[in-house]
Amino acid sequence: MKPSEKRMPPAIPLKFFRWYCNPQMRDHIEGDLIELYRERLAEGKFLADVRFMIDVVLLCRSGIIKRGRKRQHINTYGMYKSYFKIGWRNLAKNKGYSVINIGGLALGIAVAMMIGLWVADELTFNHYHANYPGVAQVKKELKWEGKTYTNTYLQYPLINELKTTYGADLKYVVPQMGGGETVLSTADKKLTKRGTFMGEDMIDMFSLKMRYGNRDALKDINAIIVSNSTAIALFGDIDPVGKIIKLNGTRDVTINGVYEDLPNNSTFHDLDFVGPWAAHERDNAWMLNANWENHFLAIYVQVGDGLTLEQAAAKIEPAEYNATRNLGYMKESMKYNARNSLIPMNDWHLRSNFDDQGKVEAGPVELIWFIGAIGVFVLLLACINFMNLSTARSEKRAKEVGIRKSIGSVRSELIKQFFSESYLVVILAFIIALAIDYMFLPAFNQLSGKEMTLPIGKPLFWMASLAFLFVTGLMAGSYPALYLSSFNAVSILRKTYRTGKLNSLPRKVLVVVQFTVSVILIASTGIIYNQLMFVKDRPVGYDREGLLMINKNHRFFDEKADAIRSELLSTGVVSEVAESGGDVTSVWSGNGGFSWEGKDPLFEASFATLNVGSDFGRAVGWKFVDGRGFSRDIKSDTGAFVLNEAAVKYMNIKDPVGKVVHWENNAWNSHYDYKIVGVIKDMLMDSPFEEVQPTIYFTKGYKNVLLVRITPGNTLVEALPKIEKVFNAIIPDIPFSARFADTEFAAKFKTEERIGKLAGTFACLAILISCLGLFGLAAYVAEQRTKEIGIRKVLGATVAGLWGMLSGEFIVLVTISCALAIPISWYILDESIDKYKYHTAIGWQIFALSAGGAILITIATVSLQAVKAALANPVNSLRSE
Amino acid sequence: MKKYQLGEFEEIVILTVGILYNDACGISIKKEIETRLKRKVSMGALHTALKRMEDKGYLRSRDGEGTEERAGRPKKYFEITALGKKAMEYSKNTRNELWSAIPKVALQMKFQG
Repeated sequence: MKPSEKRMPPAIPLKFFRWYCNPQMRDHIEGDLIELYRERLAEGKFLADVRFMIDVVLLCRSGIIKRGRKRQHINTYGMYKSYFKIGWRNLAKNKGYSVINIGGLALGIAVAMMIGLWVADELTFNHYHANYPGVAQVKKELKWEGKTYTNTYLQYPLINELKTTYGADLKYVVPQMGGGETVLSTADKKLTKRGTFMGEDMIDMFSLKMRYGNRDALKDINAIIVSNSTAIALFGDIDPVGKIIKLNGTRDVTINGVYEDLPNNSTFHDLDFVGPWAAHERDNAWMLNANWENHFLAIYVQVGDGLTLEQAAAKIEPAEYNATRNLGYMKESMKYNARNSLIPMNDWHLRSNFDDQGKVEAGPVELIWFIGAIGVFVLLLACINFMNLSTARSEKRAKEVGIRKSIGSVRSELIKQFFSESYLVVILAFIIALAIDYMFLPAFNQLSGKEMTLPIGKPLFWMASLAFLFVTGLMAGSYPALYLSSFNAVSILRKTYRTGKLNSLPRKVLVVVQFTVSVILIASTGIIYNQLMFVKDRPVGYDREGLLMINKNHRFFDEKADAIRSELLSTGVVSEVAESGGDVTSVWSGNGGFSWEGKDPLFEASFATLNVGSDFGRAVGWKFVDGRGFSRDIKSDTGAFVLNEAAVKYMNIKDPVGKVVHWENNAWNSHYDYKIVGVIKDMLMDSPFEEVQPTIYFTKGYKNVLLVRITPGNTLVEALPKIEKVFNAIIPDIPFSARFADTEFAAKFKTEERIGKLAGTFACLAILISCLGLFGLAAYVAEQRTKEIGIRKVLGATVAGLWGMLSGEFIVLVTISCALAIPISWYILDESIDKYKYHTAIGWQIFALSAGGAILITIATVSLQAVKAALANPVNSLRSE
Repeated sequence: MKKYQLGEFEEIVILTVGILYNDACGISIKKEIETRLKRKVSMGALHTALKRMEDKGYLRSRDGEGTEERAGRPKKYFEITALGKKAMEYSKNTRNELWSAIPKVALQMKFQG
């Protein structure tokens, strides 16, 4: 048959056709195709081939393509379909249980997801900056008397030292300093914005995304780059490159670039503008002469390509030591053995506090795990609900299992069935949880101070969610699946099967676990709140209400100081105007070099210091224990000290007033003796959770802050416009902006308050979820014992007696939980509260309250069902048999 | 009424099957349509239409002999069933009704326009 073989159409399209075609039609259509092809061969082989191929392609349509391999799949597909159908019917049949089950689980998943987002947000801090793995801040460590002092304020000469000697190890060296709140003004607008000055390489190092302008934008000494939102606030949504603005009403700078706003979880998120380092050097010429003794700037570096942070840190370790070893004026400092090192950008947020051994303080990281653990526990509680309700209802499903087994279901199929039911619930719960999160994320953001969104577009989120669903479904479904499927068909159907005491034991254990966790959470929240209240009520030693702090960010503050003072006093709402070197609400500087009579020469005394104007005391309202405050009229007060009580104790001197202290310090240009003129009650300036530091107040030096005391009896609303009017009249170049001592003070509690609120919310949700489960269980038990209750009632049981019988069991369980929870939470809390120097004692009241609360809620929850069952008419329950 | 559904192409195919009577197999139907109506018929469209009408019960098929021309592949001959005949009549009648319902004027206008 050779000639005919030769006249066959091309083999591959023909094979393709045979592959896809419905076998019933294949042969005769193929015949048609071949016949046609042979006829067309007369017009040329190529043309016939092409037309054959076109025919094959055109035949590829729904009527002709063979059906899918449905029949091969049919068994398992139908089976799963039926599993889900049965599962769905079960849910629909027991609406109450389903609501409790799905609702509780959804709540648990929603909380766990939110917490997961929060934890992820915290752990990915600074990851916005593409180079973050190689970026670090330079720090230095001093060792003295067994203690390690870590400092991130560094010296001016170190910049050059790093750039030249270690240039091969460091790709970029970026110094940073200055700026702060600055007034940016155009012809018609004035805005107070936060910014700083940094080395020109910062744009590349922090991988800023430039919206306008190029990456060399900071090379020009008269340039500035601003964040996108700042640019929009100043000029609207246009390209502002080349526009000129004024800084603090004095210096003209050109906008050379606009970078996209940094996200909330970046260390520099509040940076609205960046000026070139060169400009900062020009404006602060003293810096150029600053030696290795003066620490005032921050240095950020990016390590060289191919180097790890550890390698680079090891290389630069002796940077300062080597550079200063042979300097005469540093001889004395060599004993501190200064060492440089790096703090990786990845650690800035959570691992950048160092204790007095130079070790990273674990607090912030522990906090993340604490909150994360709460999330896991809340989810666990929800899963326990699900397991408990499913096992409790197992007896109802037992008959189904028996029948399924006797008509041929094998155990593995039953396991699959119960797992698919559990996954049905989990998937429904997950969808509801997504909806809950979507609705409540804005509120949660407000609570936690973040800007999180559901990362619906991110595959990682879905992968995590899938893994999460898988584990939850497995966890929640395993017990019923493995347990229910193990029932023996014969004994179930002959009703010889009984659920013994042993069967409810795991359920009881789980309830105890649930309530133990809930009580621990409640007790912790109580302690956190208690501690917060305690610290908030702490005496601060001055009057923070109605005290304004104004940064002196314009030369007129000094040049027109007298005018400002007299104008303010004449408004009638201001009782005192004063100055200080720094805010009252923070410790601005610390200094050594003090010596006094009777001091141990080896004692390296170090004090917090604040330089203040002579009216300072009257403005803040500090309280004297002994002596007097500074006075305008006493000229010798330039050589006077005021100490706080902590300082007196620290110095260990009796009758301090009148004693002389010598202060030797180059930075303050002080080589004199000072006389102690007064001792005040401790003024709380730094962290309210710590002891008040020994502090010395004096009048030397430049004062950066203007303090305005509003006369008591005047409200802020009345006084502020009058004060603002004075400033606008005297210093029209910049907008008036004041900070309030009481709000600045309140801000110190932000973290603790946030944690308190977070923990409180989660504790409430935990107890809610636990109660949901208990409610379901109680309903189940009451239903289970309907007949028993009926008979008991007929025989004369009282409602109260029945109520006791039904709720007693649960109350015992919750009491056991409380007994477990109290020592556990005491152990945890005692440890965590100790890290606050100024803390409250953990009283028994908190535990009594939380345990009592838990038992009360339990009684209320269970009684609802118990009383309903006890009140039912026995006729109804006994009639139906 | 979707009682008898017959698409335009299906109608042509079933009419051609009628014309060819005992000789209506794939290729001959295709050629018949192509010569009579001067339109291209793809194998895909034709066989889909045949299959669909067979499924609807308008056509039935019988296997024929395989010839040398077809490299031994069998032929499949189609013939119209009673139901198919009804469908054809229904379709013809509905058209006639529609035709007769058109007012004469409308058609005249059309021709003039």
